[in-house]
Amino acid sequence: MTESNFKRFVEVGRVVLLKSGPHAGSIAVITEIIDHNRAMIDGPTTNVPRQSYPYKHLTLTPFSLTKLPRAAGSGIVKKHLEKENVVEKWNKSSWAQKRAAVEKRRSLNDFATFNVMLAKKQRVDVVRKALAKAKKA
Amino acid sequence: MARSKELVPGVGRLSRSQVFAARALYKGPKKSVQPAAEVPADHVEKSIGGEKNGGKRLVPTTKAPRFYPAEDVRQPKKSRKTPKPPSLRTSITPGTILILLAGRYRGKRVVFLKQLTSGLLLVTGPYKINGVPLRRVNQAYVIATSTKVDVSGLQVDEKFNDAYFAKPSVKSASSAEEEFFEEGKPKAKEPLAASKAADQKEVDNALLASIKKTENLSKYLKASWGLSKGQFPHQLVF
Repeated sequence: MTESNFKRFVEVGRVVLLKSGPHAGSIAVITEIIDHNRAMIDGPTTNVPRQSYPYKHLTLTPFSLTKLPRAAGSGIVKKHLEKENVVEKWNKSSWAQKRAAVEKRRSLNDFATFNVMLAKKQRVDVVRKALAKAKKA
Repeated sequence: MARSKELVPGVGRLSRSQVFAARALYKGPKKSVQPAAEVPADHVEKSIGGEKNGGKRLVPTTKAPRFYPAEDVRQPKKSRKTPKPPSLRTSITPGTILILLAGRYRGKRVVFLKQLTSGLLLVTGPYKINGVPLRRVNQAYVIATSTKVDVSGLQVDEKFNDAYFAKPSVKSASSAEEEFFEEGKPKAKEPLAASKAADQKEVDNALLASIKKTENLSKYLKASWGLSKGQFPHQLVF
């Protein structure tokens, strides 16, 4: 069998990002595969209750729990999540940080958005001046 | 009927006897407390001079009409409607920065001062910052932002009412001849009354002091607001 080019698979222990529903935006773990459309997921450390979820509304992340047994209950999932520090790893990833930044930006009010615009202008100005200086030299 | 809410048309929640009890009709019919207004006398006694027929007469205070009207004129119905008192959006409080959406100053960010009795909002730029004078605006054409200016030190004078902003009555041209030759010419611009300019300054000075306390707030008021591509007002947070 040749090695696959894919890196992320739907498998027990795969950490997934929920795309819709009341828990959209939080991560969970696949604990059991139900069929071609749905899987059992569980996120005891991220407040996602154990439930079946369609793959359509999940995104696979590069993280997975390596030693999670099939059909594990919430307690065991929690133990494995804490052991492998998955939530911390996820929060540190550039993907999660970008999502957080977008969310933060969207929640800013009109005045705060204006201040961001001013700060950006200032940054551009500094860069432009430095570049002009470097070009001259 | 007010006590016995209708369940379905024609059937009340309470029975007849329950309504009787609820209205406390067993206490006897309610008497109105107000005394009847004094009716002016319809006859006045007048003394009349004259040799043979002098004396005193009762003369009616209002003369009876000499003719009955040939045609019946319908009495117009009295309107019992009264205008509702104006309401104010809860997001708008004195000092709130508003974005104007219509009119000459659309797109400008202004400071809300108070609501007038007509329901219109009294706003100011302040004039020194963005050129918007003391002005009345309709709250329907305004976005309220969550940003507020501290106006605790500002006392908005009672003289700023709807009459203050009413247009002065236009004087007609002095003569027909003058009017004829004036046609087509641009109208002479009337300068703003000195008192109004002073009022503006007085209101703005107090505001400017508190605006200065927040960094960039003056710049923010000076900049105008608009939507760019991919921005939708219902998705923005103000």
